[in-house]
Amino acid sequence: MSTAQTLNKTALNEIAKKYNGKLVDFHGWQLPIQFEGILKEHTAVRNSVGIFDVSHMGQIFLNGPDAFKLIQKTNTNDFRLATIGKGVYSHITNETAGIVDDIIGFCLALNRYIVIVNATTVEKDYAWLKEKALKMNVEVVNRSSEFSMIALQGPKAIDMMEKFAPEANKLLRFGIIEKKILDKDCFISRTGYTGEDGFEITAPHEIIADIWQQFMELGKPYDIVPCGLGARDTLRLEAGYLLYGQDADDDHTTIEAGCGWAVCFEKGEFTGRSILLKQKEEGLKRRLKGIILEERGVPRPGSKVFKDGKQIGTLTSATYSPTLKKGIGLGYLDMPKLKSGEEVEIELHSKLIKAKITRMPFHKGSASKI
Amino acid sequence: MPKQDEIKYTKTHEWIFVEGENATIGISEHAQGEMGDVVFVELPKMDQKLEKEKPCAVVESVKSAFDIYAAASGDVTAINDKLDGDPALINTSSLEDGWMYKIKLSNPDELKDLMDFTAYQEFIKQSA
Repeated sequence: MSTAQTLNKTALNEIAKKYNGKLVDFHGWQLPIQFEGILKEHTAVRNSVGIFDVSHMGQIFLNGPDAFKLIQKTNTNDFRLATIGKGVYSHITNETAGIVDDIIGFCLALNRYIVIVNATTVEKDYAWLKEKALKMNVEVVNRSSEFSMIALQGPKAIDMMEKFAPEANKLLRFGIIEKKILDKDCFISRTGYTGEDGFEITAPHEIIADIWQQFMELGKPYDIVPCGLGARDTLRLEAGYLLYGQDADDDHTTIEAGCGWAVCFEKGEFTGRSILLKQKEEGLKRRLKGIILEERGVPRPGSKVFKDGKQIGTLTSATYSPTLKKGIGLGYLDMPKLKSGEEVEIELHSKLIKAKITRMPFHKGSASKI
Repeated sequence: MPKQDEIKYTKTHEWIFVEGENATIGISEHAQGEMGDVVFVELPKMDQKLEKEKPCAVVESVKSAFDIYAAASGDVTAINDKLDGDPALINTSSLEDGWMYKIKLSNPDELKDLMDFTAYQEFIKQSA
């Protein structure tokens, strides 16, 4: 393939090959889709622990007296909740309240934030934040190319962290610490994209392989397995987490995406606020809804959703749920008031399959119990 | 259990084991590896008339859906019911317990175009 040479490789590329990862092109990054198998990896994370290379994610730093002002004005959620050492899940919004990106912003110190952004949106977010910062006293620094990232996910992650960095075990969900690992400045946060308890470790490239090997050793008693993008997708969808570019984009709002809980109107003005408020008060024309298949079959992104013979939407994410052993999906439906339990149909291979609207998340993992 | 040298392969990665005018069909070891974890199999119906190279079944893995093409023309005489409860047999035993269906051949001449194991291995290498 001619594009192979131009793919970005993470610092864990050789390790992925060593563990027989099946490498694919993921938005310009060469990353493993799976190692031994998606089901095995998925189950390991739900029941014990798995390790992921998520180095494609980006890190943008906000430094200066107006750092809080910038993050608060560009985001839907309330960063007063992000006290020092804490993070908040939020959406950066545009003038029409469309979602520029979904992010986690952590306050590292007074006037200093780290924003973890999606791989596909690093440049867009950086340009957006820089522009918004023009008249403010804050420096926006894109340090994505300096850091690799590992996600350690599963109910046993905490037992491993006890031996790796015991101070990280005191973190609450969305907590973060700065820590020297192998004499380098690193970050450990109690976050993830699986619905399970776990940690994300952000570290410079030159030590990331070393950290990976340490976790593989510490994880032996728990049968730790390396996991790929395939399991990452089934895990996040069961947990009801959005995938930017599929379930959220510049043309859909936070309220439409079902993330009203991540919008704080009381905090004052932020980009897109008036549109979101109007949607909240006057109702929606479409809303992201979860569906679960009543019959056998596997829905896929792009599968059409019908209600009483009429198409009401298309699935943006969909897969086989290894935990529920049923087909599940998310999609924007033109009938935003459909309640959980109401019947719809999904078109698969030219046949209509029975499904129901269901409440999110599809599955509640150990992350909800922290 | 057919021996490796008794099995023929199609370019669409099905295998076929012929005994007289009857044949058993499944998907190749290579193909199951590429598909990943199989979670659902839609088989042809009993007595269904199959036409060579036309889609006759669907295999759904976690990753994607795959059309399975008829390896030869004929009438379906048996389907592997075990795949209903245990679709992963396609992954764990592609050439034995993971067989998909049996047919009574209606045009045995068609079999001439199929590949033996060595030719199939070469075919995989070239299409990689």
